[in-house]
Amino acid sequence: MLELRNIYWSTPSGHEVLHDISLSIDGSGIVVITGPNGGGKTTIAKIIAGIEKPDSGSILFNGEDITDLGVTERARKGISYAFQQPVRFKGLTVRDLLDMASGRKLDEKEICSLLSKVGLCAKDYVERDVDASLSGGEIKRIEIATVFARKTRFSVFDEPEAGIDLWSFPRLIGAFEDLRKESGGIEVIISHQERILDIADRVIVIENGRVKEDGKRNILDSLLRSASCPACPKRS
Amino acid sequence: MDKNAEELLRIVSDWKGSLQGAHSIRENGMSVEMLSTDHIHIEPKKDKPGLDITVDKGTKGETMYIPACVTHGGVDDLVYNDFYIEDDADVTIVAGCGVHTDNGEMARHNGIHRFFIGDGCHVRYVEKHVGTGKGRGRRSIDPVTDVTLGRDSVMEMDSTQIKGVSDTHRMTRAKVGEGSSFIVHERIMTAGDERAITDFSIDMDGDGSSVDLVSRSVARDESHQALHSVIRGNARCTGHSECDAIITERGTVSATPQLDANNIEASLIHEAAIGKIAGEQLLKLCSFGLTEEEAEEKIIQGFLK
Ligand SMILES: Nc1ncnc2c1ncn2[C@@H]1O[C@H](COP(=O)(O)OP(=O)(O)OP(=O)(O)O)[C@@H](O)[C@H]1O
Ligand SMILES: [Mg+2]
Repeated sequence: MLELRNIYWSTPSGHEVLHDISLSIDGSGIVVITGPNGGGKTTIAKIIAGIEKPDSGSILFNGEDITDLGVTERARKGISYAFQQPVRFKGLTVRDLLDMASGRKLDEKEICSLLSKVGLCAKDYVERDVDASLSGGEIKRIEIATVFARKTRFSVFDEPEAGIDLWSFPRLIGAFEDLRKESGGIEVIISHQERILDIADRVIVIENGRVKEDGKRNILDSLLRSASCPACPKRS
Repeated sequence: MDKNAEELLRIVSDWKGSLQGAHSIRENGMSVEMLSTDHIHIEPKKDKPGLDITVDKGTKGETMYIPACVTHGGVDDLVYNDFYIEDDADVTIVAGCGVHTDNGEMARHNGIHRFFIGDGCHVRYVEKHVGTGKGRGRRSIDPVTDVTLGRDSVMEMDSTQIKGVSDTHRMTRAKVGEGSSFIVHERIMTAGDERAITDFSIDMDGDGSSVDLVSRSVARDESHQALHSVIRGNARCTGHSECDAIITERGTVSATPQLDANNIEASLIHEAAIGKIAGEQLLKLCSFGLTEEEAEEKIIQGFLK
């Protein structure tokens, strides 16, 4: 479905962030990308979504070279991205965002079902502005809900667990598992969370802008145990 | 009533072939319809163009409409409306204004509205402005709003300039009495070579008074907007002003908020942010499949809502 071929990316000041990243993500299931802070995970997500352009290398989606396509075109081809840092808008409501994300006017039932997936009650939130008045955890949940609303077959979630309280965690994980069943597509989840690693069909470790490890979760378990990745939760 | 007038009224008031409740419609400098109710009395002034409007003590939940329109170029309308709101009245006043010209000449409306608000009142004042028509004739609206608030009263002023007004100079003055609040929400959109100047001069004279002034504006193309606000805290009071502006293309905005604390118990805050639409906001909406132009439109629409 998605292929990154020999991707290099450096910051405007010339610091190399991604070094020869090649990945092929196919079929269906949950792919977790993990690794130390600053390793380049979000940069990979931005390159997939078209927010950043690679300095060299190419990106293929369903066999088509999309390297030169912008964010809009990639979104229309079926790529979704839940940002690590959600964006706030003065004057746009939760309903507005969900409608835009799904590309049509959603009815109350649909909105309710989307928000309940992320543990929010539609009654309390649909008419609220997605502005500074929402808490960190609330806006993060709404960000995730917008990607659920898109129902695309390729979705990237960048640290969806950040700011989500412990009690809501099982529900969120359940939502990712449901999506895996329903969409039959790919969910790429960038995460540092053990419980998210636990539902992964495949785990990719990115460190220093390189693919450090790539494999089935159980194969990776021992590698992670050896604490090669300081940012991940300590494994006993 | 001609077609242009009907169209303007539809945009600036709840006109659907007629207006319900107390109202007065002004067209090209003439009063064309006027209706009082049991509690709201509308009378023409004797010495100059305009109305004297009295809302009886204790009136509850009534809405009145005072729209004005100019339907062709060559009209320069000036009107003086005075509103006397007696104690404990709760009323909504919708005072829209539309100007239309396509004969190349200027169409202008200048409304001077004074509000004398008693004690324990709640007044909602809704003002929508629009300009329509083609050609080079300027469409001008220059409203003056003068408010005196008694004790424990609230005035909410909601003004919106929708589009098409070539020149506007808005002047709003208020004197806020003990325990009273003056709340202003202003939304202004300019495009082309339009100019909008907004002046606020607000005195909080009574203990426990407050002011909340929120202005949002969008200046597109070559248009220009200037906002100058002065909030004076002359008693134990709280004042807040917030000015947010989005500029696109070659639009320009200048904001000069002034806060004068003339009393040790005055607490005044100002926030201002002017700039183009944040890149990450556009990216977020593009990641939903919207084009950059569509994203910009949505962001501006929401911002001015
Ligand atoms: N536009 C930029 N300008 C300068 N540095 C950048 C830019 N974008 C990314 N970087 C740097 O690139 C590195 C990788 O960043 P990235 O956000 O991809 O890390 P990450 O793996 O997602 O980290 P985290 O786990 O903390 O989210 C970091 O050192 C970051 O500071
Ligand atoms: Mg990151």
